[in-house]
Amino acid sequence: MCLAVPGRVVKIEERDGTRMADVDFGGVVKEVCLEYLPDLQVGEYAVVHVGFALQRLDEESARQTLELFESLGMLQEEFGDPWELAAEAGGTPPPKREEARK
Amino acid sequence: MKYIDEFQNPDLARRLLDEIHATVTRPWALMEVCGGQTHSIIRHGIDQLLPEQVELIHGPGCPVCVTPLEVIDKALEIASRPEVIFCSFGDMLRVPGTGRDLFRVRGEGGDVRVVYSPLDALTIARQNPDRQVVFFGIGFETTAPPNAMTVYQARRLGVRNFSLLVSHVRVPPAIEAIMQSPSCRVQAFLAAGHVCSVMGVDEYPELAERHRVPIVVTGFEPLDILEGVRRTVAQLERGEHTVDNAYPRAVRPEGNQAAKAMLEDVFEVTDRSWRGIGMIPGSGWRLSPKYREYDAEHRFSVEDIRTSEPAECRSGEVLQGLLKPHECEAFGTLCTPRTPLGATMVSSEGACAAYYLYRRLDISPAPREATSVV
Ligand code: SF4
Repeated sequence: MCLAVPGRVVKIEERDGTRMADVDFGGVVKEVCLEYLPDLQVGEYAVVHVGFALQRLDEESARQTLELFESLGMLQEEFGDPWELAAEAGGTPPPKREEARK
Repeated sequence: MKYIDEFQNPDLARRLLDEIHATVTRPWALMEVCGGQTHSIIRHGIDQLLPEQVELIHGPGCPVCVTPLEVIDKALEIASRPEVIFCSFGDMLRVPGTGRDLFRVRGEGGDVRVVYSPLDALTIARQNPDRQVVFFGIGFETTAPPNAMTVYQARRLGVRNFSLLVSHVRVPPAIEAIMQSPSCRVQAFLAAGHVCSVMGVDEYPELAERHRVPIVVTGFEPLDILEGVRRTVAQLERGEHTVDNAYPRAVRPEGNQAAKAMLEDVFEVTDRSWRGIGMIPGSGWRLSPKYREYDAEHRFSVEDIRTSEPAECRSGEVLQGLLKPHECEAFGTLCTPRTPLGATMVSSEGACAAYYLYRRLDISPAPREATSVV
């Protein structure tokens, strides 16, 4: 959870009066809040933590970090299925997926 | 040097290591504050690549590990209620409360959901107006602004069935507490890069000056850590104690002003108890009076919960840098990531889990005599 991952802004729009973006983390696209970096533009990179852009980053270091995270399996830890990860850790079968409850 | 080839840039890593080896003349004890750094250090064997005189002490920087047992038990109690949808980050699912964890609560029928962002919890609240949606707000200065924004948005949008179970912690008072201990061996700090991305470095010069410790803002990739250690050791050898930023690509001196302003509006500083360590004055945040109606503890009256920690677990000493994980008797036997006794084993950022995962079972010197830091 400490992890802050660099990502690239692909789309910006206002949702419910809040500045939001679609951000690409090496292939995984997530919705990210831009209220703390309101002047961030499409194509720029930022350090993102739990769905919030917190600081700008240059492209070169963003790419390097993403590659490193990928090779260490840390993106899987951040974006993989948390119930499966927790079940694996506990040695019991995963419960029903989130979707089943909706 | 069996790990160095796995570094992203082995040549640069070697150069940094050579320079550190050439600079050191005496033993130094450095504390890395962030759990992400601990993980990276153990995973890459950085502590074994450094000169023998440079000791890395693992600090209390894993938010999952330091969340007090009372708060976990409150979360379990609230999550068990039929009217509640309890939302959390995934790494809290296996943190043991008294007798069970959130994973078990879900197995017993509780509606526990994992979200990527606190704003997702707010969305769930808007989609389920007849349920109570509670978000588990833990973490350091990096995680607090997103949670603060979510409460702010809940109020702005008039969402009344949302609340936050808050247990945020702040790094500088923890550094202060560690330095004040008579048994403290720490001579310098590698400050947590992403905490400083938000907070900047304002809070550190005074600490560095008063305790005469270098504080070097450090990232958590292997090369960042080596660079942080290089700069820290250079200061120590020169007898300096200033605040230095070895992670400028993500840390501006002033931090993120908008995030700091939101923290100021939504939260107020409070004393907080750290799991395994105890009370540290001024080391946490709670919702400010203006936002009290969004406080899950008030809404669900869970103030009176009693707790008991397993007696074998020494994670308090591990968190304070007084004991290395493998020196705990339960390590790897009674206590493993599958059957964790303490939070430092359950969280992947915890020091016990890092040692277990990367097989530091071989080295077991006699335990140091343990005393309390705080
Ligand atoms: S090994 Fe387990 S029991 Fe020992 S300190 Fe770590 S978490 Fe606690």
